[in-house]
Amino acid sequence: MKHVSTQHQLYGWLLLLPATLFLLAFTYYPTLATLAKSFFSQGTAIRPAEFVGLENYTFMLEDDVFWRVAWNNVIYALFTIPISIALALMMAVWVNSRLKFKSLARMSFFLPTMLPMIAVANIWLFFYTPEIGLIDQVTSIFGAESQNWLGDPDTVLGCIIVITIWKEAGFFMIFYLAALQTLSPELEEAARLEGASRWYYFRRVMFPLLMPTTLFVLINAIINSFKLVDHLFILTKGGPDNASSLLLYYIYEVAFSFLDQAYASTLTVILLAILAIIAIGQFVFLDKKVHYQ
Amino acid sequence: MSAIELQSISKIWGATTAVDNVSFSIDQGTFAVLLGPSGCGKSTSLRMISGLEEISQGKLIIDGKDMTTASPAERHLSMVFQNYALFPHLNVEENILFGLKVRKTPRHLQNERLSKVAQQVGLEQLLDRKPAQLSGGQRQRVALARAIIAENPICLMDEPLSNLDAKLRHIMRVEIRALQQRLGMTVIYVTHDQAEAMSMADKVILMCNGKVEQEGTPEELYNKPATTFAAAFIGTPPMNLIDPIACNLGKTMPQNGQDEFLIGIRPEDITLSDTKGLKAELVSADYLGADTVVTARINDQEILVRTPGKVTIAEPVSTRLQWHEEAVHIFDKSTGKRNDKVKVQSF
Repeated sequence: MKHVSTQHQLYGWLLLLPATLFLLAFTYYPTLATLAKSFFSQGTAIRPAEFVGLENYTFMLEDDVFWRVAWNNVIYALFTIPISIALALMMAVWVNSRLKFKSLARMSFFLPTMLPMIAVANIWLFFYTPEIGLIDQVTSIFGAESQNWLGDPDTVLGCIIVITIWKEAGFFMIFYLAALQTLSPELEEAARLEGASRWYYFRRVMFPLLMPTTLFVLINAIINSFKLVDHLFILTKGGPDNASSLLLYYIYEVAFSFLDQAYASTLTVILLAILAIIAIGQFVFLDKKVHYQ
Repeated sequence: MSAIELQSISKIWGATTAVDNVSFSIDQGTFAVLLGPSGCGKSTSLRMISGLEEISQGKLIIDGKDMTTASPAERHLSMVFQNYALFPHLNVEENILFGLKVRKTPRHLQNERLSKVAQQVGLEQLLDRKPAQLSGGQRQRVALARAIIAENPICLMDEPLSNLDAKLRHIMRVEIRALQQRLGMTVIYVTHDQAEAMSMADKVILMCNGKVEQEGTPEELYNKPATTFAAAFIGTPPMNLIDPIACNLGKTMPQNGQDEFLIGIRPEDITLSDTKGLKAELVSADYLGADTVVTARINDQEILVRTPGKVTIAEPVSTRLQWHEEAVHIFDKSTGKRNDKVKVQSF
């Protein structure tokens, strides 16, 4: 009897082994190694890495570039998340209604999501180019002066935000569209019979029923707002003067351009901590308000 | 005065005509049933009355006013949907009060009406439940409560009992009928179930292929079906429609044009006999408890006979069928219409 159960257990563990190995090698080990590294100095050929306690963290607090980048990221998140979600919802409601060119509209909204990031960045690079770019050509018709959109620290972050919204709204729309199609049309008819306006129906029925989707999309949007790297490579390289650099791009620069892996690990730990706090907060506070069917 | 009047109403989608030139009127306080097989246009007619579907042609009069193009809310009617259409994120109380809140009815009136309605449909204990926590019958009651709290004179119901089991359906049938009579509502009720129509209706409007086939009281439809369709649709099992010549009944028909008619006899009007009547062969029996439906055969014509008690037929046995002449309905073979001028002779 005992023999059999041990065999069963072994069998179970063997089934779990491949997934466990991958998780250990690519998720848990790197996370813990990063955490450990953030407490050591950057080793060189002559001076091996040594334990420095919180020195990397105090350095970070005094690092102007870090604060600049963190602030950029906050602004970037505050604009891209609500705007792209609101747009996604509006587009989904629109393409879910009786439209003549429904499929065409759906496809064109979703198209930005299907394009590779690098290609997208190149397209927008053309839009933003001074003098010969699309935007400048259009504004010049109305007599506006040429503007170096990506070269000006005042406008560069805004430009990146616009691209992100353009790309993400279509992606989130698909989730809203899927959720909308599960709503029974009878609900809207019942509301119409009672004299509810479209806005009232949206506010009291449709939006609350879409809350699970909104929560899902919100978490995705927040994660995305901390992991943008691709556009920055092509468009700005974080410049000018770090005006468009975001946290993950800065981490990349520190690790692979400045080759300071210890400090990069410190920044990564901070990024992970921020994301973890946001995720926990969302589940604790929002979950109660979400109606799951 | 009629509460609702449809004047030559049609619904056309491209090349298909779902409802074709339908006219009828329903008096105040009447329980009217739109009956017919699926796809006959009964639900579309109801949706046109409610305003959820546009009327392609014709005129709709509600309470003396032309409402052909009015919005659903302007028509002041309530509706119970097939799948109840309860808002899943709102509890029973919020669901029932939805319409009153939309129309900003004063708070004290809301509470007053809520307690009255909840008591009428027996939901007092369940007001803070969500629809997902209710049984099918309870959801049905919430949908009813939401329809009657508006105190609209007209209530539309679109197959409201089709999602319930047979026993509950019977209970709700009785309750809906009682509620309608107590509140004096005009109800238009769509169903494909003829038993539901027969037991609840003051007036039945039988539809087929987008047209009104017959309208009248349940007794009229049962006793005097206007067409072969009505004859075959009403009654379980349906009326036997037989070709007199194929059943050796030629001599009972008028001499001229024996082959122009079909005769209809209800299974319950036929009796089995050993001595007198039309020769037939019994081929099978369907035992229903109180009675048995026996299939008899004359040449290739099958005739259903309802007979009391239990009958078992192991192998075909010969017998004789009998009926009174008054029980025979005559229909024109070509048009399917009832013909009361022709009389049959006894055989």
